[in-house]
Formats: sequence, C-alpha cells, structure tokens
Amino acid sequence: MLLEGKHLLVTGVLTDASIAYSVARLAQQQGAEVVLTGFGRGISITRRVAGRLDPPPDVLELDVTQPEHLERVAGELTARWDRLDGVVHAIGFAPPSALGGGFLRTPWSDVATAVQVSTYSFAALAAAFAPQLAKAGGGSVVGLDFDATVAWPSYDWMGVAKAGLESCCRYVARDLGEQGTRVNLVAAGPLRTMAAKSISGFDEFDAAWTKRAPLGWDVTDPEPVARVVCALLSDWTPAVTGEIVHADGGAHAIGADLR
Amino acid sequence: MSAVYDKVADILAEKFGVPTDDISPEATFEDMDLDSLDLVEFALAAEEELGVRISDEEAEDLKTLNDTVSLLESKGAKA
Ligand SMILES: NC(=O)c1ccc[n+]([C@@H]2O[C@H](COP(=O)([O-])OP(=O)(O)OC[C@H]3O[C@@H](n4cnc5c(N)ncnc54)[C@H](O)[C@@H]3O)[C@@H](O)[C@H]2O)c1
Repeated sequence: MLLEGKHLLVTGVLTDASIAYSVARLAQQQGAEVVLTGFGRGISITRRVAGRLDPPPDVLELDVTQPEHLERVAGELTARWDRLDGVVHAIGFAPPSALGGGFLRTPWSDVATAVQVSTYSFAALAAAFAPQLAKAGGGSVVGLDFDATVAWPSYDWMGVAKAGLESCCRYVARDLGEQGTRVNLVAAGPLRTMAAKSISGFDEFDAAWTKRAPLGWDVTDPEPVARVVCALLSDWTPAVTGEIVHADGGAHAIGADLR
Repeated sequence: MSAVYDKVADILAEKFGVPTDDISPEATFEDMDLDSLDLVEFALAAEEELGVRISDEEAEDLKTLNDTVSLLESKGAKA
C-alpha cells in the first residue's frame, strides 16, 4: 500500500465534502494511521464526520492562528508517535468583505485575517511539526492551493492569500530541505465544500472548468485531488519539493474555452 | 404531530439546546438561532438518528421545521 505504516496529521476536515476528508479516507485505505484536527465550533461536526472513517481517527483541537494550540498538538503527537511522516494543511478562510466583489473596499483587518489563516498558517504549521518530521527522515508537508497566477471573479483577497501561499511553500521548502522535508501544494479545481459556499460567485468557477478542463471536472468529487495529496505524502516523490501540482482536470494549461 | 417531528424536536432540544418553547412546526432555523454550521451538524445528527441523508444542497433550502420533517419523511425516515 502507498502509505503503509505512515503517521499523518490531517487538518481541515469539516464535513465529508471537505478535501481533507477524502485525503484522510484514502490515506487510511492506503495503510496510514491518521489523526485529524478540528477548529472552533466546527469541531463537533468534525468529530461526527470522523466517526464515518475506518477506524475513526482522534480529533485534536487546532486553531492554526493560536501558537499554544500548535504547541499542544505537537506535544500530543510526540506522546503518541515516535515520528511524523506527513502533515496536510487544508485550511483557508477569508472574512465576507474579502470575497465576492468589493476588492478595493476591503479593510486591512479583514485582509490580515485572510492572510494569517490561509497563508502564514502554512509556515506556522510546518515549523511546529518540523522536529517530528525530521525524525521520519524528513517527511512531507502538503497544502491546498487554488491557482493564483491569474485574477478570478469573486475570489478577491483569497486569491491574494493563495498567491502568498504559493510563495510561502517555496520558502518553507527552502528552509526545511536541509532536514529532508518535502513541501508542496496541490492546486485543486473548484469543489463544492463549505469553504467554497462562502464565495458568492462560485458557480462561475464551475462553468469555467466545464468549458476549459481537457479532462473534464466534477465539482462534487474531491477524490482526484486527494489522490495527488496522497501521492505527495508517499515515498514516490522523493525529489519533489517547492512544487505546485495542478489537480484540476488540466484547466490551468488552457487559454480559451474548449467547449 | 408525527413521530419524525418528535424526533427532530428532541434532537434540536437535546443536542442544540434550543428552548422547547422555540420549537414549533413553523419555526425557522433562524428563529431557533441556528446558523449554517448548526444546520450541517443537524443534518448529520438527523442522518445518524433517522437513517436518511440530507444533502448539503437540500439543507440549504430548508427554512422551517415543517420543511425539514417533510423532506425527511419523503426520504423514508421513520422514527
Ligand atoms: N473547494 C475548493 O474549490 C478549493 C479549491 C482549491 C483549493 N481549496 C483549498 O482547500 C483547502 C480546504 O478547503 P475545502 O474546500 O476542503 O473546504 P472546507 O470548508 O471543508 O475546509 C476548510 C477548513 O479550514 C478550516 N479552518 C478555517 N479556519 C481555521 C483556523 N483558524 N484554524 C484551523 N482550521 C481552520 C476549517 O475548519 C475547515 O476544516 C483550503 O485551503 C481551500 O482554500 C479549495
């Protein structure tokens, strides 16, 4: 199995539509031992949803903006495992004023929140677990991206945060390379998750992918994305770091509508 | 009131702490102070207790308790 015996920390499971839920499910099927984290009020939903996985993973509380939460989770994992083979960052948030139009009127405080939760947290998470990843001979950190090389309708400051995430990934890859840790992002096509629902213009993405993706795209199926995440967590990409792999049906490669 | 209604009312009172006075067939989720995150959790609880699944899209369209009970019953829920 692809992830036989691996110890993985997966953040970002909210509902069973979450990209992270598919990652956790597939990783378990591939032999990994998984611990989840949940955030704020959503943690009771995460706990319910975790009950549908086999076996139901433990859910630790983690607000990625709280350094003491990161410290506590790192402590709990050290007590549980002698090493950590992989960390999945599937966390994003932007306040309503930062999404769905009104880009030029978003106050800095809301932009700051979007960047703290969606960009800075990637480095914070990697730093918090670096010592335990080192014990696995380096391990792998994987984050979720939405192609930030162009401007999108509605995506607004989340797009800016993702552009920052793409850069952040390269710097974290630079600094953790010494200890052998691979650090990569998977740029997903649009998927109908709770996070996506908070974007009022989400349907436009759906339409764009239908027209552009050479392989087609199903907004209700996160598994194609989760598979790439699992591949990057595995031992089969030993020389890949600082990379962005697009799991988007190929839409990023196409400059005009095909259909 | 149907058995499914009673079960739904139980879930709302016990798991979501909605005061029983606020629970009525015409009550909306908003009246009961439940937001979209609560609604997602409610759908999961209802699935566990009643064995039928409310999809996210269906959950978005639900306004009142009556709507919810009718949807659950139309999907074959039996308390
Ligand atoms: N859905 C899409 O179309 C899409 C496309 C590309 C990339 N992504 C990215 O995938 C990742 C996962 O999102 P999703 O689409 O599965 O949606 P989701 O709503 O299921 O997951 C978002 C997660 O972020 C978590 N979160 C928010 N603030 C947090 C905080 N302060 N601390 C810890 N966790 C916090 C939430 O608890 C939730 O689990 C995000 O980074 C998102 O930007 C999503």
